[in-house]
Amino acid sequence: MNKIIYLDNAATTKTAKEVVDAMLPYFAENYGNASSIYGLGAASKKVMNESREVIAESLGAAPQEIYFTAGGSESDNWALIAAAEAYESKGRHIITSKIEHHAILHTCDYLKKRGFEITYIDVDENGILKLDELKRAIRSDTILISVMFANNEIGTVQPIKEIGEIAKEHGILFHTDAVQAYGHLPINVDEYHIDMLSASAHKINGPKGIGFLYIRKGVKIRSFIHGGQQERSRRAGTENIPGIAGYGAAVKRAMASLEERIKRETELRDYLIERISKEIPYCRLNGDRTKRLPNNVNFSFQFVEGESLLIMLDMKGICASSGSACTSGSLDPSHVLLAIGLPHEIAHGSLRLTLSEENTKEEIDYTVESIKEIVTKLRQMSPLYEDFIKKQQ
Amino acid sequence: MYSEKVMDHFNNPRNVGEIENASGVGTVGNAKCGDIMRIYLDIDENHVIKDCKFKTFGCGAAVATSSMATELVKGKTVEEAMQVTNKAVMEALDGLPPVKVHCSLLAEEAIHAALWDYAQKNGITIEGLEKPKSDIHEGEEEQQEEY
Repeated sequence: MNKIIYLDNAATTKTAKEVVDAMLPYFAENYGNASSIYGLGAASKKVMNESREVIAESLGAAPQEIYFTAGGSESDNWALIAAAEAYESKGRHIITSKIEHHAILHTCDYLKKRGFEITYIDVDENGILKLDELKRAIRSDTILISVMFANNEIGTVQPIKEIGEIAKEHGILFHTDAVQAYGHLPINVDEYHIDMLSASAHKINGPKGIGFLYIRKGVKIRSFIHGGQQERSRRAGTENIPGIAGYGAAVKRAMASLEERIKRETELRDYLIERISKEIPYCRLNGDRTKRLPNNVNFSFQFVEGESLLIMLDMKGICASSGSACTSGSLDPSHVLLAIGLPHEIAHGSLRLTLSEENTKEEIDYTVESIKEIVTKLRQMSPLYEDFIKKQQ
Repeated sequence: MYSEKVMDHFNNPRNVGEIENASGVGTVGNAKCGDIMRIYLDIDENHVIKDCKFKTFGCGAAVATSSMATELVKGKTVEEAMQVTNKAVMEALDGLPPVKVHCSLLAEEAIHAALWDYAQKNGITIEGLEKPKSDIHEGEEEQQEEY
């Protein structure tokens, strides 16, 4: 097989053709500033309004509640820092989980250094937030709960509705990082009692560098980027019109195919999980078996290190990712894999495969055969495997 | 990110395996940090390394440095093998990315650990050889992040 098999759709996705087509007119033709009074600017404003409406509708929100940002990380930073500042007089306690993306965890570190207290709620062995622990952590000075909708590494989908209900009951703001879930699962902000939600376009076949933060009407958080009147003065800076046009097209496309895509990806995911579980010994599926993103597969292969596995897969044309330390430049493996209780050496041998609607069964078969071959080769080279086999004899 | 030589030694590692009744065996690193190397030496009565094999659990650089280290010590006397430093391994591989330099240290340490085992078994001393650290990452300080 000479072509690339792309199984890293949680990292980023291919920009869809209709998305590129929707963006192109806003570079050299309709390049006007959306704030301008003349007709050229109006075209930019129009497409921006349309995209905002499409996104709002997809969440059951109002267009005025959607604020465009440069992506998921900015949205997460904004939600946490601005909420912390705005509600400081009520309290300085924030609750989040141990398996959040670094955009949340490192922002929490930043807030901690500025006098906020952060409680990190544990997850069970499948990565599901412990709701009892969450309830116990709530205090009179708790101002914000931030829990991701679905995990980027192990794909576990959180009980968002329950968390939203708990937050609402206690009058606490609820933010969710939905970067991996938005456009992949149905989300309704009212049903789930979500006050703020972060999302990013490039995870749903949109362009990179554009995202949004949903802020429920009435939530009093202020500007994060100061300057002009854009985004109701809450996020200054000339709007990324081509990005916004592309995002609108990507959301339209994602919402139209949502149900069918979930069905298709889930089938392929389950087939992949089944084959690996059955055909490769000493492996473990990370994340919940059913409460997981339709496109996420994450396995640990004992006695094998993740980076080696990735390089060998790359040589076979397969793009994947790992929670191994070597892929992050640190000595510690992924905090998510450690939080679900994996020992370090098993966390080092993790492999994440994230599907798209374009992947085929043939590609999955080829991938399974490749993983089998590579894991066998690496185990033959592994002193850990040697020791294990000797102990068995 | 890796040189062609690193990729070559990763894809086609030389001297993978075990030596039964080896003259010296050394295992270094730890699974917690994601790399373990084991080196087997077969040394004759003239202190010449006749054969050398390795097994490694680790990243591409860990496998490549093990492979290169075994190549470099093969046929050498134990004294000459002491000259196979992490720098020599890195140079022979046309360099390593900065985050992977510790892999070459691990390879040097693995050779030393195997030589130490050989010296212990035979009641000899090898000049410049010290008791190996059990963990190559000992003493490495964690980088403090700034905000």
